[in-house]
Amino acid sequence: MPESISAALPARADPLAGERSFFRLLCRYYGTFTLGFFAFVMLLWLGERAGLPRVLIGYTFLFATIGLYAGIGIMSRTTDVAEYYVAGRRVPAFFNGMATGADWMSAASFIGLAGSLYLLGYDGLAFVLGWTGGYCLVALLIAPYLRKFGQFTIPDFIGARYGGDVARAIAMVAAITCSFVYVVAQIYGLGLITTHLTNVDFSYGVFLGLAGILVCSFLGGMRAITWTQVAQCIILLVAYLIPVAWIGLKYTNSPLPQFAYSSVLEQLTAREQQLAQDPQEQAVRQIYRQRAAEANARIAALPGSWQKGQIEARKKVEDLKAHRASILEVRAAERVLAGYPTSPQEARHVWQQEATEFTERAGPLMPHTEPFWSGEADPEKAEHARTVKRWNFLALVFCLMAGTAGLPHILMRSYTTPNVDQARKSIFWALFFILLLYLSAPPLAALVKYDVYTAVVGKHFSDLPEWVASWSRIGPSFLRVEDVNHDGVLQLAEMQVGSDIVVLAMPEIAGLPYVISGLVAAGGLAAALSTADGLLLTIANALSHDLYFRLINKRASPARRVTMAKILLLLVALVAAFVTLMRPGNIVSLVGLAFSLAAASLFPALVMGVFWRRANRWGAIAGMLTGFGVCTYYISTRFPFFQATLGLDPSNWQPWFGIEPISSGVFAVPLGLAALIIVSLLTRRPDADTEALVDFLRLPDLPGEGGRITMRNQ
Amino acid sequence: MVGDSRQRRYWVQTRHLTVALLLVWFLITFVLSYFARALNFSFFGWPFSYYMASQGSLLIYLLIAFVYARWQRARDIAFRSTEGNDDQFPSQA
Repeated sequence: MPESISAALPARADPLAGERSFFRLLCRYYGTFTLGFFAFVMLLWLGERAGLPRVLIGYTFLFATIGLYAGIGIMSRTTDVAEYYVAGRRVPAFFNGMATGADWMSAASFIGLAGSLYLLGYDGLAFVLGWTGGYCLVALLIAPYLRKFGQFTIPDFIGARYGGDVARAIAMVAAITCSFVYVVAQIYGLGLITTHLTNVDFSYGVFLGLAGILVCSFLGGMRAITWTQVAQCIILLVAYLIPVAWIGLKYTNSPLPQFAYSSVLEQLTAREQQLAQDPQEQAVRQIYRQRAAEANARIAALPGSWQKGQIEARKKVEDLKAHRASILEVRAAERVLAGYPTSPQEARHVWQQEATEFTERAGPLMPHTEPFWSGEADPEKAEHARTVKRWNFLALVFCLMAGTAGLPHILMRSYTTPNVDQARKSIFWALFFILLLYLSAPPLAALVKYDVYTAVVGKHFSDLPEWVASWSRIGPSFLRVEDVNHDGVLQLAEMQVGSDIVVLAMPEIAGLPYVISGLVAAGGLAAALSTADGLLLTIANALSHDLYFRLINKRASPARRVTMAKILLLLVALVAAFVTLMRPGNIVSLVGLAFSLAAASLFPALVMGVFWRRANRWGAIAGMLTGFGVCTYYISTRFPFFQATLGLDPSNWQPWFGIEPISSGVFAVPLGLAALIIVSLLTRRPDADTEALVDFLRLPDLPGEGGRITMRNQ
Repeated sequence: MVGDSRQRRYWVQTRHLTVALLLVWFLITFVLSYFARALNFSFFGWPFSYYMASQGSLLIYLLIAFVYARWQRARDIAFRSTEGNDDQFPSQA
């Protein structure tokens, strides 16, 4: 397939007719590809029924899909600048939309989203709203104008609109920073999935995934990425929608649970109320309350309690050994001793975490559909908690949306369409494909939750479904069950569900064949690969185009620029993998950080560049620096991980208005915007050239122009 | 551009459309979410706020992108076909 695409690509003569036949050709190829993929899955399914071992199915999925991407990547290799940076600006809206969708739907969307909805209920919908509604901002405020501008990167736009190397350099640093943070989160996800699929060690998983990324993008840049992303979009959607349809059929008698799961929601709510009344549930929660109180008492008695605890732990091991207890018991006691905090300071930290965890587990059951729910018993406190939750919800939605409209790897995609009209349509198609997944995540979360609440909770430990045992063996971060009140029955409060398990284990939960598990993992792999590809390319392009070509060596030949871009891509990928191996922070906060940074530093300057003629260089510089600065400041002083690193005392660094650090953009965007406006008004109007550029951006593109513009002198 | 009323009208209309669609976007995103607790009545069997945040608003976002692309396309075509003739470009899209 890719061979013929590459063959068809150079057809440049007669743009309209060429465009149309190119579109038909693509439809035929990807249509065949989709059918072929279905056949491939069916074949593996038959293989499974004939006794093909599971490991083999996992490997087949891994290597067949990566091999496919590599094939497309190698066929699309190029040394041409326009092909390398913007896929020759010939990608039809429909396919550009698919590629944008794949760029967009990351491991976080594919694996994390349904899990977050499962754990957070209504409040998790902030991610659903934020990650889709942001496309309205992209469509209305940014994409058409960027396409009309028609260069290569986002700093290109900032550099041309505001003039001067400083603005370009700041935009470049911002673009690189947020993309890099985001790509680390993707590679991390990639490592997890590869490990899950093949049982290799995490660090091998990371490098296997990295190889997958590089074969896609190294030789062909944007062109290769575009055509692999279209394939990845198809794979990830198939991998998500098939199991959702299957599980929907089971519970709602409809393969489209998206429209039919209201009855399940009702049953789920009824079951929640029933569980909340259950005396055994309350007994378990009471035990957790006691454990939390014990932990707090130990903290209060520090450092004496630390010494006492250590002596007791040591004594217990000796006692057990002396009494010839079973080897298992001795091992368990030794583990406790080995894991015992080494100092009173560490003990305080560990016990505080314990107290928080137990308090949380002792809290009442969260209703799935209730907005801004609070478990506080005291009405005044509950009202306060709800208000804080409401503002955090709105702030998070805002940051995710503005971040969507500021993330360079998404915005770059508007450069690859043939004209402005296609750029607008491409956003529509991107949102369409994204919604296929996003409309399915809430029903999936609800159906899995209903299954867990009815088929797992309330069952005897000996009668639990098989997946409970197998997933809790894999790791406590996935699933943890413990018979706290020793009644032999699993209460809801006795199980802890990790967010990744909802999607990864869903085929087993619903009793689907193993081939679907492989399919889901392959889908997650496609999601993580496609996003990581787009991000790495963005970073490498910013370095090779904006830093090397625009700022360092303005005379570099096109061939040299592309070579430079390829070398940088390799380097950035290695650095990102290295950082990933150090396992920084948790993924969701990394991603949130990337969004807030993008929103704060790039979004105001991009929008004002088109919609406010008076915005000038100094205003843009001040705006970007303020946004970036406020965002970094807020995160580094309020986020627990950085607080610990910097040695700050959390009680002195309370969040502003109770807003979580993940939503720092809600302060940074308005402040950055204000700085942009004030400084612009205090300094000189932009020159006539700049105003002419703004006028040019605001007009529709004219026939034959195709978005190409004459470069202004900078 | 300053002297060309046709071009200016095109931009004014673009701005109006943008503001109108952004208003819809703002209403269904922030106003609805702000009142989510009050609005969680039963809506064809769905809790309304939950339905909107998980599906309804998303479909409206898609509609916004669709309307914008369609509308601007029509106006681009009108703009091009009235090339060189200031008065013919419709003042209302």
